[in-house]
Amino acid sequence: MASPKGVTVSLLLGSLLGGPAIAQSPTYGVGRTPTAEELRRMDISISPTGEELPPGRGTAKEGAQVYAQKACVGCHGVAGLGGLAPILQSKQGADVPLWKKERILPLRAPHATIVWDFINRGMPVGLEGTLTPDEVYSLTAYLLFLNKVIPEDLVIDKQSLPKIKMPIGDEFGKPHQFKLNAPRLEGYPY
Amino acid sequence: MDSKRNSRRELLKAGAALAGGITLGTGGKAQAQHDHPVTPSSENAYPMIHGSKELIEYGQRSKYVTSVRVQHPIGGRPSPDVFGKVFHVATPLQDSVGVITPSSLHYIATTRGSFLPDIDPKQHTLTIHGLVDRPLTLTMDELKRFPSVTRLHFIECAGNRHNGKQKTVQDTHGMTSCSEWTGVLLSTLLKECGLKGSAKWFVSEGAEEVKGASSIPIEKGMDDCIIAYGMNGEPLRPQQGFPVRIMVPGFEGIYHTKYLRRIKVTDRFYMNYNEFGHLRPEDKELALGEQIGPKSVITYPSGTQRLPGPGFYEISGLAWSGGGAVKTVEVSTDGGKKWNRAEFKNTPQRMAHVRFAYPWKWDGTETEILSRCTDDIGQVQGMREQIANWWKVPFERDYRVPGLDNSIMPWKIARDGSVTNGLA
Repeated sequence: MASPKGVTVSLLLGSLLGGPAIAQSPTYGVGRTPTAEELRRMDISISPTGEELPPGRGTAKEGAQVYAQKACVGCHGVAGLGGLAPILQSKQGADVPLWKKERILPLRAPHATIVWDFINRGMPVGLEGTLTPDEVYSLTAYLLFLNKVIPEDLVIDKQSLPKIKMPIGDEFGKPHQFKLNAPRLEGYPY
Repeated sequence: MDSKRNSRRELLKAGAALAGGITLGTGGKAQAQHDHPVTPSSENAYPMIHGSKELIEYGQRSKYVTSVRVQHPIGGRPSPDVFGKVFHVATPLQDSVGVITPSSLHYIATTRGSFLPDIDPKQHTLTIHGLVDRPLTLTMDELKRFPSVTRLHFIECAGNRHNGKQKTVQDTHGMTSCSEWTGVLLSTLLKECGLKGSAKWFVSEGAEEVKGASSIPIEKGMDDCIIAYGMNGEPLRPQQGFPVRIMVPGFEGIYHTKYLRRIKVTDRFYMNYNEFGHLRPEDKELALGEQIGPKSVITYPSGTQRLPGPGFYEISGLAWSGGGAVKTVEVSTDGGKKWNRAEFKNTPQRMAHVRFAYPWKWDGTETEILSRCTDDIGQVQGMREQIANWWKVPFERDYRVPGLDNSIMPWKIARDGSVTNGLA
């Protein structure tokens, strides 16, 4: 643990040197400060509010084209069915409750932003990270449309994507307040 | 019984003496046909292991030790597959001794189930950013300049579930392993970066093809998470996240992000694809998919092993808990009627396997042996039926324990000494 004295000295030094742009860590003086541009490129974690989303846009119609061009269809099949990779469209009828339907990301996800996040970081297999933001917006729109979550003509972008109401609504478990040295579930003996 | 065993040994000796003239030259291969080898005479009965560059530089186990990892679950995807992808692979607990899993035998699971990146540590960096005063990027050499810790911790995959179809303890429990991990406490790095008061969670992200990421409570991060680069006295193996991974002691395996490249401190829960996998309808069930409950299993005698006859055996197994250190382990040799306190073979440590044992004289009758773990925060490993009762659901043969399956594992011993899965 850093001594309180060390921290005070570093803070003083920091303020003497004129603020937050310290090149190295204060106590150990190791490492460097990443640039804003490095962080922007690296930060692919998309919050439910979508604040990290890049500029761009797309619709389901455009997504259907990308789906064919980028070879998504080769693994996931036509319209997300019948491929070797996981299905992307539910085969169940509208009367089947959501939790009884298949575990399909663009159907069961509590936030549409996760669909964007996962396509962006993990697809297509072997060429991860090569899709442009517009292509990711378009594919997200297409898969949400296939699962009847959004209409075909909805333009999705940084503003509209986080606002999409997902079918699951509020019907999913929320993370509990983690406590150290406590049972994993209060009152659960096992 | 002792006199019986002695007379048998005499017989074996006599047999070997007769056969001796023929078998000595072939290194005593004929001995393998008997339970007991012939007591060696003064001459050198064993061939020499010729030194080689390979054996001298990195070493190798005896060719007579053949314990290996196998795919998990039974009938699951083979590793490697035709594309060289690696899926889930279980450690051979039935052959384990002590508490350290050899690095070569540590269980493997991959984020999307496939891709092991080949990372040059000189090219790799770890960045901490988000709700910190000073974002920080470290090379692997720089990371190693920080004060380090070395701790024993288990990792267990959420898929480590037991059912009646499995045969060996490798099948039922082989997706847990325990190693000595060396690295820098995440709290050391977060203090260095200046954690903001609004920090509640952090996202840890790997550098593999899918950039697997998990959301972890910041309290956990400031308590005991380790940014680990060492494993059992050497760098991490690629299968375990070389050059750096995060250890989240006691949490399900998937949280222990391998090939760690980024930590983002946040003020809210980010649902990553991993968390989508954890998604459940109810808060209660979701809570059981994070910290691992108290758990134990008997590794000897266990499924497909065979007791040669009535007599003394040391029942031996492993116990662990995601909530702290193991406090006690009890063993029953009569199907759960009477529970006896087991002894520990090493000092129990927080979120680490402990080796327990119970001395037992088997009388040759059919029975069932079980073990039960209690941890130091008072959680007790339950029978499957007890767990079903708590959840107020009917107990059936194929009852699925919510969250990670930490229910008690029974092994059946038949009159002929054969050991089989008690859930079958």
